[in-house]
Amino acid sequence: MYLTKEEEKTLEGEYGETLRKAIQILVALGDIYGADSLIPIKSAQIAGVSYKTIGDAGLEWISDLEGKVKVPAILNPAGMDMLRWKEMGIEPGFARKQQEIIDAYESLGIRTKCTCTPYYLEGFDARLGDHLAWSESSAVSYANSVIGARTNREGGPSALSAALVGKTANYGYHLDEMREPVVAVTVDCELSESDYGALGYVTGKSIGSRVPIFYMQNKPSKDELKTLGAALAASGAVALYHVDGVTPEAIRSDFERPDENIIIEKQQIADVYEASAEFTEGGLDTDIITVGCPHCSPEELETIARMLEGKSIQKEMWVCTSREVAQRCAEQVKTIEKSGAKVVCDTCMVVSPASNNYKAMMVNSGKALAYVPSMCRVASRYGSIEQCIREAGVVDEN
Amino acid sequence: MEVSSSVSERQVLSMRIKCRSISRGTAEGEVLLTHDSISFLGNVDPKTGEIVEPEHELFGQCIKDKVLVFPHGKGSTVGSYVLYQLIKNEVAPVAMINIESEPIVAVGAIISGIPLVDKMEKDPFEVLKNGDHVKVDAASGFVETEI
Repeated sequence: MYLTKEEEKTLEGEYGETLRKAIQILVALGDIYGADSLIPIKSAQIAGVSYKTIGDAGLEWISDLEGKVKVPAILNPAGMDMLRWKEMGIEPGFARKQQEIIDAYESLGIRTKCTCTPYYLEGFDARLGDHLAWSESSAVSYANSVIGARTNREGGPSALSAALVGKTANYGYHLDEMREPVVAVTVDCELSESDYGALGYVTGKSIGSRVPIFYMQNKPSKDELKTLGAALAASGAVALYHVDGVTPEAIRSDFERPDENIIIEKQQIADVYEASAEFTEGGLDTDIITVGCPHCSPEELETIARMLEGKSIQKEMWVCTSREVAQRCAEQVKTIEKSGAKVVCDTCMVVSPASNNYKAMMVNSGKALAYVPSMCRVASRYGSIEQCIREAGVVDEN
Repeated sequence: MEVSSSVSERQVLSMRIKCRSISRGTAEGEVLLTHDSISFLGNVDPKTGEIVEPEHELFGQCIKDKVLVFPHGKGSTVGSYVLYQLIKNEVAPVAMINIESEPIVAVGAIISGIPLVDKMEKDPFEVLKNGDHVKVDAASGFVETEI
């Protein structure tokens, strides 16, 4: 791997121990994956934030680092809403450790915004062809697929290293040849809204980490693409997908249709809703409804606010989003909260230990459906946003 | 002098095998070898350095102060932090040798300052055996073993 003189000096420790280790990580990954050089990145999104996942070991490592990041960097969702953790049922001991982790990141110059949707935030507006070092699987999928930017799925330490050095190793999805679709997915029916999460949930299982190109009957919105990509990355390990005639690289490159073709039929989508509904027949009653996986966009908050306006709900309901988007949409947040639903920031149903306080969760996200039963040991059922709100027991205020 | 003669004797009787350096540093110790890959999250107790996975070839053995030889890592990326925890708890291996390193162990070794090499020019499972005393020089890129 070719290194510039400056990079060599960093590797020799001329700029301190933190940077020496950071560049060593980038070089080691570059060597493992056959990178030719390091390339500058525009921003970083760093995983390894929830105390539930990284524990004391992770906290100790981050606390031992020194220096400041060289590019805009933000964090993955944490294990709790950093302000309203008590309301979520989080233990004070956990909250203290979580705050320590956030503070340790902050002292490295990282913006302590915890979200899986960095692309909604100011300063993180990636564009076609930009190189990034993002971690969270749905954010990586959105950046690569919907924006056409370029990022591998970075681990926590490698994304942090990239942020400190301002560069990442040039391999994988940074290269043109790794971005071409290798499997076609033909969708046999029209889809809307949460159907795309179901599509990702079904398809991800059979394509693993390969790059698919979808041939669809109708044109998905950006929010629908977000939910598709999140599910593909969770039930499979898809970091990049294309949609013929829709996503920027599919439009620009006019890819050849791959030989292998998977057909998805209407019944397979319906099965996702029906299969997960079976648990209620076993006597389990939904005791929490969660939406916002990935974190809600301003448009999604607007939709939910319209549906809850002047209503009140009977069950616990979380609407997850980033704090910045919540602040930008103060009116919608107010309307949603007035109904009794909570707008939960900085965290989500997958990474927060607060989910463990419930027995059965209804979700409108294929990603949540893939993770909540195994990672939180909470039964999950799938529904559209309308079904979720109905399940919450919505009644008119008057 | 006796000391220097024993040193030179060892130099004569040693073999240097080239390898790729992943995490820099130099250390020596006793070989502990396994054909099973290792998921540091779940397979290893971070407090004791003991292999706690019953299905693992090294079940019940301790990796503390060993030169741990294994094909590669697997499992959760949190495994990188577990290596850091092992170092902090003073129960980490002194060095590691992989057939081919992957990111979890590579990153874990670097943040923990544990020398790690891979792609030895000779198959480590043929030239090394449990209990051998070896030196891993990940600065210069070789493994030195007594013959």
